[in-house]
Amino acid sequence: MAPHEIRRPFKRRPISDQQKRRELSLLRQSQHRSDAQQRARNLASSVISLQSSSPDVDPEILFEAVPELDEGTESESSSFDVRQASRLRGPEARKWFARQLMLPEWMIDVPDNLSRDWYVLARPAGKRCFVVSSDGTTVSRVRNGSILHHFPSALPGGARKKGASGPANSYSILDCIFHESDQTYYVIDMVCWRGYSLYECTAEFRFFWLQSKLAETGACDPPSFYHKFRFSAVPFFNCDQSGLHSAYTGSLPYVKDGLLFYNKHAHYHTGNTPLVLIWKDESCSQYVIDTDNNGEVPDQQHIVLELQEEGKLVTSDDPPVPFSCLNADFVKQSGLLSGSLIRFAIGDGGLNCVDGRFEKADLQYIGVSNRARAFADSYSKIMFQYMARHSPLKVEDLASTISHENQQDKTPEVEMSD
Amino acid sequence: MAMEVTQLLINAQSIDGTVRKHAEESLKQFQEQNLAGFLLSLAGELANDDKPVDSRKLAGLVLKNALDAKEQHRKYELVQRWLALDMSTKSQIRAFLLKTLSSPVPDVRSTASQVIAKVAGIELPQKQWPELIVSLLSNIHQLPAHVKQATLETLGYLCEEVSPDVVEQEHVNKILTAVVQGMNAAEGNNDVRLAATRALYMALGFAQANFNNDMERDYIMRVVCEATLSPEVKIRQAAFECLVSIASTYYEKLAHYIQDIFNITAKAVREDDESVALQAIEFWSSICDEEIDILEEYGGEFAGDSDVPCFYFTKQALPGLVPLLLETLLKQEEDQDLDEGAWNIAMAGGTCLGLVAKAVGDDIVPHVMPFIEEKISKPDWREREAATYAFGSILEGPSADRLMAIVNAALTFMLNALTNDPSNHVKDTTAWTLGRIFEFLHGSTIETPIITQANCQQIITVLIQTMKDAPNVAEKACGALYFLAQGYEDIGPNSPLTPYFQEIIQSLLSVAHREDATESRLRTAAYEALNEVVRCSTDETSTMVLQLVPVIMLELHNTLEGEKLSMDEREKQNELQGLLCGCLQVIIQKLGSEPTKYMFMQSADQMMGLFLRVFGCRSATAHEEAMLAIGALAYAAGPDFAKYMPEFYKYLEMGLQNFEEYQVCAVTVGVVGDICRALEDKVLPYCDGIMTQLLKDLSSNQLHRSVKPPIFSCFGDIALAIGEDFEKYLRYSMPMLQSAAELSAHSSGADDEMTEYTNSLRNGILEAYSGIFQGFKNSPKTQLLIPFAPHILQFLDSIYMEKDMDEVVMKTAIGVLGDLADTLGSHVGGLIQQSVSSKEFLNECLSSDDHTIKEAAEWAKHAITRAISV
Repeated sequence: MAPHEIRRPFKRRPISDQQKRRELSLLRQSQHRSDAQQRARNLASSVISLQSSSPDVDPEILFEAVPELDEGTESESSSFDVRQASRLRGPEARKWFARQLMLPEWMIDVPDNLSRDWYVLARPAGKRCFVVSSDGTTVSRVRNGSILHHFPSALPGGARKKGASGPANSYSILDCIFHESDQTYYVIDMVCWRGYSLYECTAEFRFFWLQSKLAETGACDPPSFYHKFRFSAVPFFNCDQSGLHSAYTGSLPYVKDGLLFYNKHAHYHTGNTPLVLIWKDESCSQYVIDTDNNGEVPDQQHIVLELQEEGKLVTSDDPPVPFSCLNADFVKQSGLLSGSLIRFAIGDGGLNCVDGRFEKADLQYIGVSNRARAFADSYSKIMFQYMARHSPLKVEDLASTISHENQQDKTPEVEMSD
Repeated sequence: MAMEVTQLLINAQSIDGTVRKHAEESLKQFQEQNLAGFLLSLAGELANDDKPVDSRKLAGLVLKNALDAKEQHRKYELVQRWLALDMSTKSQIRAFLLKTLSSPVPDVRSTASQVIAKVAGIELPQKQWPELIVSLLSNIHQLPAHVKQATLETLGYLCEEVSPDVVEQEHVNKILTAVVQGMNAAEGNNDVRLAATRALYMALGFAQANFNNDMERDYIMRVVCEATLSPEVKIRQAAFECLVSIASTYYEKLAHYIQDIFNITAKAVREDDESVALQAIEFWSSICDEEIDILEEYGGEFAGDSDVPCFYFTKQALPGLVPLLLETLLKQEEDQDLDEGAWNIAMAGGTCLGLVAKAVGDDIVPHVMPFIEEKISKPDWREREAATYAFGSILEGPSADRLMAIVNAALTFMLNALTNDPSNHVKDTTAWTLGRIFEFLHGSTIETPIITQANCQQIITVLIQTMKDAPNVAEKACGALYFLAQGYEDIGPNSPLTPYFQEIIQSLLSVAHREDATESRLRTAAYEALNEVVRCSTDETSTMVLQLVPVIMLELHNTLEGEKLSMDEREKQNELQGLLCGCLQVIIQKLGSEPTKYMFMQSADQMMGLFLRVFGCRSATAHEEAMLAIGALAYAAGPDFAKYMPEFYKYLEMGLQNFEEYQVCAVTVGVVGDICRALEDKVLPYCDGIMTQLLKDLSSNQLHRSVKPPIFSCFGDIALAIGEDFEKYLRYSMPMLQSAAELSAHSSGADDEMTEYTNSLRNGILEAYSGIFQGFKNSPKTQLLIPFAPHILQFLDSIYMEKDMDEVVMKTAIGVLGDLADTLGSHVGGLIQQSVSSKEFLNECLSSDDHTIKEAAEWAKHAITRAISV
């Protein structure tokens, strides 16, 4: 039996460059394999079908508008995804993106089970926008679909940076609020991440994903050459007493504009949804009551309604809530077209409600609304604004609902002694 | 049945080639025609004290080779043949072997020991030869010392050959008792004591229960420590070997003995023979290895979850240990840097010092600094070199904060020494130390940079100058440049190296062309540094990297023109081809994407032509490198790669057939995947050939098992590329996947290595299923897959129940569940709902901390919801 060799590597790297090349190759191959898998899976699940989200636009027409679409999209032509949408230009793009945001209803009464089923978060003041990173660039679009910024970012696929992780065609979509004073995109929801759709996921999962994924990319780092704006995830809380308190009074790096309530089980639903609610009062928002173009609160409440056939005036809800009717002659005289958005003031007669349902309104015609607007007001917005002027829903109401819920929860646990 | 083989065995060692060859042929014929007779004759020859020593020794050797082989499949064959022999032959052979242990000839006894161990290695797991251990132990009490010695040696080999779980604890206890008694100082015969000490080294793995028992452990440790003081140097060395092995096997049992062991090792390092001193140093290196591992686990994700606690032996020993190691650094050999095979006490001591630094971190610095400061400027080169080596050794371990000031102060000194020190040895170590500085204290994670605008120019100038020094020094300078470049890996668009880029590249190429570049692996180091400089380069310098393409291609071309080379020259030529192909591979990955892709692809045809010629040279290393480069090229070229396929295909096939050099085969399998993704359905015409070859590979028991999992993954790549056209391969691939799945479903009771392999196999199988399902999606032929669904679901269920899959398998497995639901939809809704995978497993994945698993699980959940809602 010979003695045992104990020579250790001396003045040498533990791994040869050849071994490094081999390992890098294996890594590259397994990355490409999983990209290919991911692509195959996404063809079915991750696309945002244009048909289902906006039945009034024919995808074929959109395709004609963008002749530079390459043949690689052949297999995807039956559905329409955001990468294709990002190639849309001008009005088509605006129209498409305008319909992609989930829009909260205004809180006109307190939902059941707030503390069990809802999250609360303080909405940052600023422009709500849809941020899409794809093909090495990032584009943010405000609610009406027009572009706010076009910039490189550390989001997946968000910059033309070599060696960036992830597949070349990976893209992400974030629901954000751009906060001017610190030039930061505050992310309130995550819609797609690395080509993976979160539309069908619950808010609970989306929020978890958002909190865990965003920081990994370096998107929360300070701005740099490849990353023009900082991103930051908005903190969210369970809507119990302490969560509500934190969101309402807690100090945050941004200026607050009301509170957002998300139902934990809700999927990302484009357009208005009662499963996300916005609520404001003076102490958590500068803009409780709508201002006019000059930034001043008008004496009377202004609302915008959409004109339909036969002079019907409706809200932007789905289905629309009819509010009033314009005289056919008046419509003809003023040259108003069906589909126009028209501004009214609410007169002294106010809004009449019966059993909590809207019955009749005293409307005074002002004129055609600002062209930048894409939608009429929603029913809940009109009601919330009206209540804010007359009998607002207070934070105490929210708090007392929560404490009432807690007591109810506890009751069954009490054992009767006799 | 036995035959006279003496003459044949003597002839087989003849200096006359014809005689030798004839004898070898005859032996082989005998073995093939009558194995039992052949083995019996050999055993008889070995046992017969009247026969010449040479024929007996060779008889034993041939017998041993008939029982064991390096290649797994060959070994398996030999074992089966031995087990199939009739019992009477085997009994006779065993008797001959045991008898040989009493032979007066030492070499013959030793050969017999090894053969007995081989037979035991086959038979004990089969519960055969149950009386072997008992009869060996009875030998221990025999009077003649040489029998005792041979028996102990046999027990040692037996422990090396046999796994502890096939020997009963009662026998283990008896073996250890016999061995430790043999080691005892009371044993008067040195040969016996040495054999016993070496046997203990082998038997330590069997002593788990005994080390758990305080009394028995104390006894073993006392005897081992006493043996380190034996007057016989070989016994001391063997005893220290035992301590080294104990350090790693029974680290957690050492607290009681560590002070004594420190004293023993310190004495040995200072006073004993180098062979003993090296082992004594190795003891501390092993302790450091253990503590580094434990502390790494402490710092890992599961804090404090290590099985073994850290006893901080190294930290406690610091005040004594560090001075001890520093002393060894002064015992350098004159030309150790020129001799690849050198290993001496100074090298071992420095290496151990580096490990101590890793184990204790900041604490080592004050123990080493006075030594460095005192000696770094001494007139004796030994002192300067030792000081520099000590400095270089402690750069990995302590925090950057602790080292930064010292390193900044030392940097100018180092650069100066590199230029002006008269000693080659000092310059070698200085250049190496600079490399260590850049490796550990330079890069984006370090807050205050070592390399600044002020000193960058000087550093690069000195390194480039040093590359013209002696080959061993130049090699270290290339290494330093490697890490200098690596530190700028993620620097962003503007690299501080940009102004020097051209000069660096030129210098590295000149180094590679030096006449003495094959010494001290200088040429390899130069190309490795070049690769790293290219890898870490930015867009600013991409034109210069583009200019490098024709240069490297021309060099590769020149290596292919060489005529009539000697063996040695050819070997060097092949090595160079490998380096150049590796370099091109790095360049392809750098330039093969936008915005340089278009310019780069102009050279693709020519480059591909060169790679194909490299395949003609039949060198495994060059072949592997060229293949890897082609994989990268295929990815860059995309569907355009189709034009190279007609010519390339035969080499692809050759690579897939290369069982012997399995690395080549493995790399080629990976490249098939690259090509599938590049060509997509255009790969179809080549698939018959590729699939045939892959199926052959899978059926072969000669191919190294590590290649099999990637082959399964490759099935998935092919299916994903050609979609429903994979139909014709289903009848071959599915049964293979199915039987592999059954094999890999259970790995219970296996060791870590086996579990790891099982998991890689599962991953390959699952990737194949994923690719096949996704490939068939939306095809009218989807229904062809329905019959396989029950088995696949069962496979998923069983690996879930087994509870030993790793994260990678978990992610792939849950993905397959989704793919199955996605592709087969409502056809399998019921089946899916019945599976455990769709409930517990899915839920477990949904709540996983690993985001990729969660991601795959969310996908699977959607697919299942769709499948069962239709």
